[in-house]
Amino acid sequence: MNERRLLLGNEAIARGLVENGCAIATSYPGTPASEILAAVAYFQKENKLSMHTQWAVNEKIAFEIAYAGCQTGLRTAVSMKQVGLNVASDPLMSAAYMGIKGGFIVISADDPGPHSSQTEQDSRLMAMMARIPVLDPDSPHQTKEMIGMAYAISEEYNTPVMLRPTTRVCHARQDIELDYIPQNGREVKFEKDPTRWAATPRFRFHLHKALEEKLMAVSQHAPTEPLRHNPEATSSKAIISSGVAAAHSREIIKELNLWQQIPFYQVLQPFPLHTQFIEHVINAYEEILVIEETMGVIEMQLADRHRVKGKMTNAVPRVGELYPETIQDIVSQFVGIQSEKLEIPFATGRRPTLCAGCPHRASFFAIKKAVKKGIYTSDIGCYTLGLNLGAVDTVLCMGAAISQACGFYHAYKRQKKRPDIVATIGDSTFFHAGVPALVDAVVQNVRFVLVILDNRTTAMTGSQPTPASGLGPCGEPLEALDIKTLVRGCGVKFCEEGDPYQIKEFTALVKKAVKYSREHGPAVIISRYPCIIDAARKEEKAEYIPVEITEDCDGCGYCIKHFECPALLYHEDEDEKFVSIDRILCTGCGVCLNVCPKGSIVEKK
Amino acid sequence: MVEPVRQQIIISGIGGQGVLFVTRLLAEAAIGKGLPVFTSETHGMAQRGGTVLSHLKVGGFSSPLIRPLQANGLLVLKAENVLQHGAFLKSGGWAVVNGRSDAMPQTNISADTIDADTLAQKIANPKSINLIVLGFALAKAEQTPEHQDSLFCSFEDIKAVLESRFSKNKELLDASLKALHAGFSAEGAE
Repeated sequence: MNERRLLLGNEAIARGLVENGCAIATSYPGTPASEILAAVAYFQKENKLSMHTQWAVNEKIAFEIAYAGCQTGLRTAVSMKQVGLNVASDPLMSAAYMGIKGGFIVISADDPGPHSSQTEQDSRLMAMMARIPVLDPDSPHQTKEMIGMAYAISEEYNTPVMLRPTTRVCHARQDIELDYIPQNGREVKFEKDPTRWAATPRFRFHLHKALEEKLMAVSQHAPTEPLRHNPEATSSKAIISSGVAAAHSREIIKELNLWQQIPFYQVLQPFPLHTQFIEHVINAYEEILVIEETMGVIEMQLADRHRVKGKMTNAVPRVGELYPETIQDIVSQFVGIQSEKLEIPFATGRRPTLCAGCPHRASFFAIKKAVKKGIYTSDIGCYTLGLNLGAVDTVLCMGAAISQACGFYHAYKRQKKRPDIVATIGDSTFFHAGVPALVDAVVQNVRFVLVILDNRTTAMTGSQPTPASGLGPCGEPLEALDIKTLVRGCGVKFCEEGDPYQIKEFTALVKKAVKYSREHGPAVIISRYPCIIDAARKEEKAEYIPVEITEDCDGCGYCIKHFECPALLYHEDEDEKFVSIDRILCTGCGVCLNVCPKGSIVEKK
Repeated sequence: MVEPVRQQIIISGIGGQGVLFVTRLLAEAAIGKGLPVFTSETHGMAQRGGTVLSHLKVGGFSSPLIRPLQANGLLVLKAENVLQHGAFLKSGGWAVVNGRSDAMPQTNISADTIDADTLAQKIANPKSINLIVLGFALAKAEQTPEHQDSLFCSFEDIKAVLESRFSKNKELLDASLKALHAGFSAEGAE
């Protein structure tokens, strides 16, 4: 018997890729997809596989690298989170027309909830828009099976295939049987075919026609037909589900003792939905309930509206994750049985905050000191939490801190009073989408300050390397890019580095940059200090400075409100208010020594 | 005929206590016994000091999550979490909670309590609260082996998992086994 191992959904995806001969895997980190590439690299190392794995600078680049790999006949894959697919949508739409040579899978992990995303968008709709098939796994086990199915469809019908797991699949763990990993023996051969690989609009028309024909064929592909789990059940009502919602539904229908009564179908391939299946369910049932996340993708393909209940009829909530208790309620209502509405009480815990000792906190504190009333544009990453410190006014999408700063500048530039604009962006995010925006700012001579929060890693998603790290996913050495050189290369004339822990000097630097920007144009500061939880950079961290609160603390709460370090604890009882230090959380960064206006935070002798 | 194992267990605590480690030990114990297993955790913006919750399902389940009133057992490393996560426990299910019995929040759950924080200090291993509470739960389960909600695994099963995990680190293994045993043989566990 093969080994069974406890694997995370994302690790199961990775295992599926290597077991199916994937030769190039690329990604840009993003929750809930981040662990996929790291796990591919793990299996690559563990099994000494000859393949290419890489973190790309963004999802579009990751897509294009993996796509070119499949143009040479290799099996390849690109993985990302759902909003990453927005960035990669340009090559996605075009690659759908051109098709593939070796199998190509686009893995886009959705985040119903959302647990840690800007939107709850449904990647299956992107697959519909691009006109490529999409598979919707219900578990780590099924996600591994679906990698094989996806490569088979991709190569049989000459199309990229999307795999759309959701957070509950990506981040569940399950015992998974490990199968054999073949060494890649495919010939690498790019065959020139300009009417396809470089098609002009006239040829694109033909490619579009061919694409629609492929989709018709895929809608009859037998291995991905919907599963009829309980063929013995007969009723005028049926339930259709997909993804993890199908996993919840199956269990609930059984526990409500409806397994023998209500026909239950699990859709594996929500687009294109099998044409015979559509015909069958519309003919066989009076009422059909569709339970799926996050949009009504299956539902909208079932054309006979008066029979179909789902998101469009408000039988299923349109927003948020479908928890099993919600599904229990939906199913009970559909079949007309009593059900008690159950909920887990919402935790009234602390709001998320930057870690104790986080260098971002120091940068934000300095920015607020230097620029009291500015417009603070920011970006996607841990530092979004600068919100709590009043140092973040906008967060739109990757890289927008810089372009929004430009927009604000242009909007205000003819006004008498122009606010100072300070943009903050992380190092990885700057590489990802900030560079083109900075070029634009230079060309337009936008008067603003950009602070690049360089903590030497992609912290929010679990410390993946950045282009400045000089490391690959297996820890292999790569070229390391210097941010300052890049900034100067964009044409920025003011670019200085600073250590945010040296808060007085850093505040002075921000002031200097603001003064420069008002008269001359864009000024960039690189705020450099390693992420406090990135173990790989322990040796670069400053010496521990023990701090204590003096007896004079009057509990004014200034440090709590403006610095919000989790290691500063606020106490309030009937007769006194004061602040104390949490010795376990405190990292000894010493930044708070400069925070208390009354000087009550002091170095412990 | 023996009923197939079917158990749903909630493990609750705060970041840094090792909720995920306990979950992993139990899941590996299940695999060791040839049982299918699912675990799910709160991920994302949870961080040190925040609530951590994990769902463990052993047996023939298809969903990775536990619904309210369905858990056979509750393993709670931080007593105040009972207020929130007690809602998962079905009637008649067991609850093992870290905390002094006089410091339990008011709920209708009857829990077995162990002061693992103090015990951990006593054995000079403050990070071993998770293993102490697990050991205590294993002892409680051993007292009611006939109970259908009783834990699916034994002290020996967990010991075997630890031995295999820490086979290359004798020091860590010994410390872990000591903590597990401290909970297993703690007062109130006999």
